[in-house]
Amino acid sequence: MSAQHQIVMQAKGLVKRYGQVTALDGTDFELRAGEILAVIGDNGAGKSSLIKCLSGATIPDEGEIQLDGKVIHFRSPIDARRAGIETVYQELAVAPAMTISENLFLGRELLRPGFLGNMLRMIDKKKMLAESIARMNDLKVGIRSMTQAVETLSGGQRQCVAVGRAAAFAQHVVIMDEPTAALGVKEGNMVLELIRRVRDKGLPVVLISHNMPHVFEIADRIHVARLGKRGCVLNPKAISMADTVAVMTGAIRPDELPASCLAH
Amino acid sequence: MNKTPSKLPSLASLGPLIALVIASIFFSIQSDRFLTTQNFSLILQQVMVVGVIAIGQTLVILTAGIDLSCGMVMALGSIVMTKFAADYGLSAPVAIACGIAATALFGLINGLLVTRLKLPPFIVTLGTLNIAFACTQLYSHAQTITKIPDGMNYLGYTLKIGDTAIAYGAMLMLVLYVLIWLWLRETAPGRHVYAVGNSPEATRLAGISTDKVLLSVYVLAGVFYGIASMLSVARTGAGDPNGGQTENLDAITAVVLGGTSLFGGRGIILGSLVGALIVGVFRNGLTLIGVSSVYQIMVTGVLVILAVATDQMSHKGAR
Repeated sequence: MSAQHQIVMQAKGLVKRYGQVTALDGTDFELRAGEILAVIGDNGAGKSSLIKCLSGATIPDEGEIQLDGKVIHFRSPIDARRAGIETVYQELAVAPAMTISENLFLGRELLRPGFLGNMLRMIDKKKMLAESIARMNDLKVGIRSMTQAVETLSGGQRQCVAVGRAAAFAQHVVIMDEPTAALGVKEGNMVLELIRRVRDKGLPVVLISHNMPHVFEIADRIHVARLGKRGCVLNPKAISMADTVAVMTGAIRPDELPASCLAH
Repeated sequence: MNKTPSKLPSLASLGPLIALVIASIFFSIQSDRFLTTQNFSLILQQVMVVGVIAIGQTLVILTAGIDLSCGMVMALGSIVMTKFAADYGLSAPVAIACGIAATALFGLINGLLVTRLKLPPFIVTLGTLNIAFACTQLYSHAQTITKIPDGMNYLGYTLKIGDTAIAYGAMLMLVLYVLIWLWLRETAPGRHVYAVGNSPEATRLAGISTDKVLLSVYVLAGVFYGIASMLSVARTGAGDPNGGQTENLDAITAVVLGGTSLFGGRGIILGSLVGALIVGVFRNGLTLIGVSSVYQIMVTGVLVILAVATDQMSHKGAR
């Protein structure tokens, strides 16, 4: 297996039931090193349940998840985060009146050394600011000052802060849930550009999106969730958007597609 | 890179201070007794109880909550500490500690109802307001408790600096404000208070237990109400079962006048001190120019509505 095809995260036979409803019916999943994997699917196809299992937000009833070849059991999003998986949520994920620097370090503030940090839990604002500047520069996020409140930013810039935070702290995987859904064209492109840079820095990205042009612009492979299973994995360079939507909605069965359309 | 506009105090955060200065100028024109050092130490002394309640209230409001029970819980605390001292002969520090424990317990009840049962703070504290009032009346038999150890009066005594006399209690209030201001500004738990008020969802997703933050805020608020009980006893020399009635609304007014947003997550606690001073200056000034106390209550009502309206409008601007 070449380095390009190295598997970072894998799930086998995930089942998740909510009462009578089977949201996941034995789905598989595979994320490779250095790729952007789009996850698409109709409403109720099991797309969000899958993502919740991967990000620790829910615990699957059956099946196993592996990270770097080791089986893992997440009980909460915090477990997933400790394992190096960061998730970007659609909106909601920033505190508007707080500064960018504070938002980047929310819940993992850098504390002052010694008594001030250990006992009084005093935060090291200077160090947080310097780190914020370094990390955002690293991702080429063009925001002038890290001490401005997040609410002074445009929607796209806010989402860049959220993506930047995930990328800065993720060790293994970044999961993004509809990161461009609420954004206009220009702002959306700004975020897409950033997601690409995150991948180019070596972090694999799982991108959940309804926006087909965005998926086709950025994804290396497309995981199609269908009826609680993985319908197929498509190669966006070989298949049209219309056919992809047809597969997603069930108008075309995966086995009716030419083999070249499937990703390997 | 380091110097940014956000570090300078914005006009909005100076608003309360400007209002305080204007009110002071107005009253010093109306009454020549207003602008005297004696009167200022009197205002500070009158403000210290409301001021310390307002610290607790600010913490709760920063989390987008509200505590309507603050004044009544304070009154209960003052009855508990004076009655424990009078009935069981406890020394002043021990009796005071018992009173603060009682108010902290009310804070804990408020916090548990808000976090565990997910009830709105407005309703929870409206309930505990009445419960605390009833407990106060039942426990004190509606009698003022005057037989208190001398140690309980200590914080009401004044320190003479030139011809200004400042009560020890007022100094304690100022120290508490500075400490809690630093805590909110410089520590991780302090910043989490803002984060919870700002966006509970984002805070939770960042891996912070919002319930823990809320619970500790309500308990801490209870502790501050207990400290206010101690100051109230020191100032009046008695446990008053009918105390806390004006302080309840005055404390909320002080917080809102001080620029803390009722929507949570925004505000500087030192503003609440200024707000408390504004309320104190109005009460004192109106008394000096002979306005009856009913009109003072009316003015407080107008002030709080004005402050909330300002908050609402500036909030729209920010979105």
